Amino acid sequence: MPIADRVAVRLRVNGEEMAVMVAPYKTLLEVLREDLGLTGTKHGCELGECSTCGVLVDGRPYLSCLAMPLDLEGREITTVEGMAHGSDPDPLQVAFAELGAAQCGYCTPAMLLTARALLDRDPHPTRDAIKEALSGVLCRCTGYLKIFEAVELAASRGRRHG
Amino acid sequence: MLRLPRLDYLRPRSIAEATELAAKNPGAMFIAGGTDLVPNLKRRQFDATALISLNVLPDTRRIEGDASRGVTIGAGATLDELAQHEALAGPFRALGQACGSVSTPQVRTMGTLGGNLLVDPRCNYYNQTYSWRKAVGFCLKKDGDICLVARSSPRCWAVSSSDSAPAALALNAEVTLQGMEGTRRLAAAALYRDDGIAYTTKRADEVITAVHLPASRGRMTSAYWKLRRRPAFDFPILGVAVAITWDEGAVRAARGALGAVGSHPVDITSFLAPLQGTRPTEDLITEVAQAADKPSRPLDNTDLSHYWRKRMTKVYIERALRDACGFEPLAGRLTAQVRGGAR
Ligand SMILES: Cc1cc2nc3c(=O)[nH]c(=O)nc-3n(C[C@H](O)[C@H](O)[C@H](O)COP(=O)(O)OP(=O)(O)OC[C@H]3O[C@@H](n4cnc5c(N)ncnc54)[C@H](O)[C@@H]3O)c2cc1C
Ligand code: SF4
Ligand code: FES
Ligand code: FES
Repeated sequence: MPIADRVAVRLRVNGEEMAVMVAPYKTLLEVLREDLGLTGTKHGCELGECSTCGVLVDGRPYLSCLAMPLDLEGREITTVEGMAHGSDPDPLQVAFAELGAAQCGYCTPAMLLTARALLDRDPHPTRDAIKEALSGVLCRCTGYLKIFEAVELAASRGRRHG
Repeated sequence: MLRLPRLDYLRPRSIAEATELAAKNPGAMFIAGGTDLVPNLKRRQFDATALISLNVLPDTRRIEGDASRGVTIGAGATLDELAQHEALAGPFRALGQACGSVSTPQVRTMGTLGGNLLVDPRCNYYNQTYSWRKAVGFCLKKDGDICLVARSSPRCWAVSSSDSAPAALALNAEVTLQGMEGTRRLAAAALYRDDGIAYTTKRADEVITAVHLPASRGRMTSAYWKLRRRPAFDFPILGVAVAITWDEGAVRAARGALGAVGSHPVDITSFLAPLQGTRPTEDLITEVAQAADKPSRPLDNTDLSHYWRKRMTKVYIERALRDACGFEPLAGRLTAQVRGGAR
């Protein structure tokens, strides 16, 4: 049985239905970056060991470097490009910018999305809950403190659309 | 980019179809969360002609029952669900703790119990990229003909690195497998072989469908303790699971198993026998723990030194037993001897 060069897959990314032809052995990370042009999702280790490729699937943090797109049909995928509402950034994005919680910025998309998932579940998390939720996302620059503070600041301001 | 090899991705709609596809496609592998398989395959640690997804099957992640009736867990239940599930909070807590101690929240959201039981045994010379292994020299487990850890050894000593496996043994769990020849149910221990390469008795066409935790007679307590370098990320380099059933304050029976000290989860139940019939004192627990590390024989093929992992085995057995017996886990005599060292 010859291996298919490309197969059709229907993905729902940032609220938009997309039909793409992709190689069946491509991970979600490769499809997002290479086939859909969504390069906000970063690639680090590509082995599950850094979470910098993190996206949300049905609102839960997922590693796109390990996820297989063909299993995600019908699921809701959110990337950092889907966080802002038009020109209105997510409160987390505002807080990260205000407090300098991004330095090189490489881990930032995954940090933002992972923190978003946390705040959606628990709008006023403790410092420990923030640490636990973000524990999988490695940051080489910030020492994490400013990131924790930015999440707390965003939480204190609440969600923009109620 | 580190990419998967060219392969087909098949999406059966039933378990029967999944096993048929596996039988028809030699070299194909099942994929659940993919959190063990995908990194390993990207590094070409094995070959797969096709992946057969278990992720679009109906009804694979149901969790049913309670402590008094026993609990049945669909193999597709995620580690995160299990870590938080109330059915694994009481007597079966060791399994909940084991699932909750796996890697990161992200990996726990994706990874499943079935995949966790079947983690490919690990080794510093094996869990490396193809080019790394090529540069250092291939080993028995893939592409080579010697073991780089024990050069004269005819076998591979890769380390069983599943957190749930020792918990499953301690809780006397059973596993249901469905394959071309029908369905069979076996003790969790019988799922494993003491071999770093051929580590499971599961046949290639068999899907693990469920894990069963039997109800205990009387009260039961259990605990899982895990040693690793970074608590937020790492595989176990030692895991200790114990389960104790009680008869009015006296131990009716104690079961236990070690993870990451050999190529399979190692049963230490016979070493816990001195507890039987007693109301365990702190001294007795220490004494038992001191002897129960005997089957722990770590080699120099995973993180931290193997002397340390051996030394910590009795310490972690003591902690797990103290935990299950209601004593402060870290206040034992063996812990005091290593105080200042890694926890
Ligand atoms: C950074 C990192 C850290 C990790 N840390 C840990 C850790 O601390 N402890 C730990 O135990 N694991 C760890 N893992 C390994 C892995 O994430 C978990 O073991 C996870 O539970 C595997 O489940 P999965 O569903 O992703 O399995 P997969 O990767 O999909 O599959 C693993 C194996 O099981 C087989 N399989 C899966 N489901 C079934 C089934 N139902 N029937 C038959 N065969 C099946 C697959 O064919 C494959 O051989 C880690 C992984 C990463 C990337
Ligand atoms: S134990 Fe030996 S044969 Fe097995 S993976 Fe390690 S080096 Fe290779
Ligand atoms: S790139 Fe996905 S976890 Fe590192
Ligand atoms: S800001 Fe540079 S890695 Fe986090």
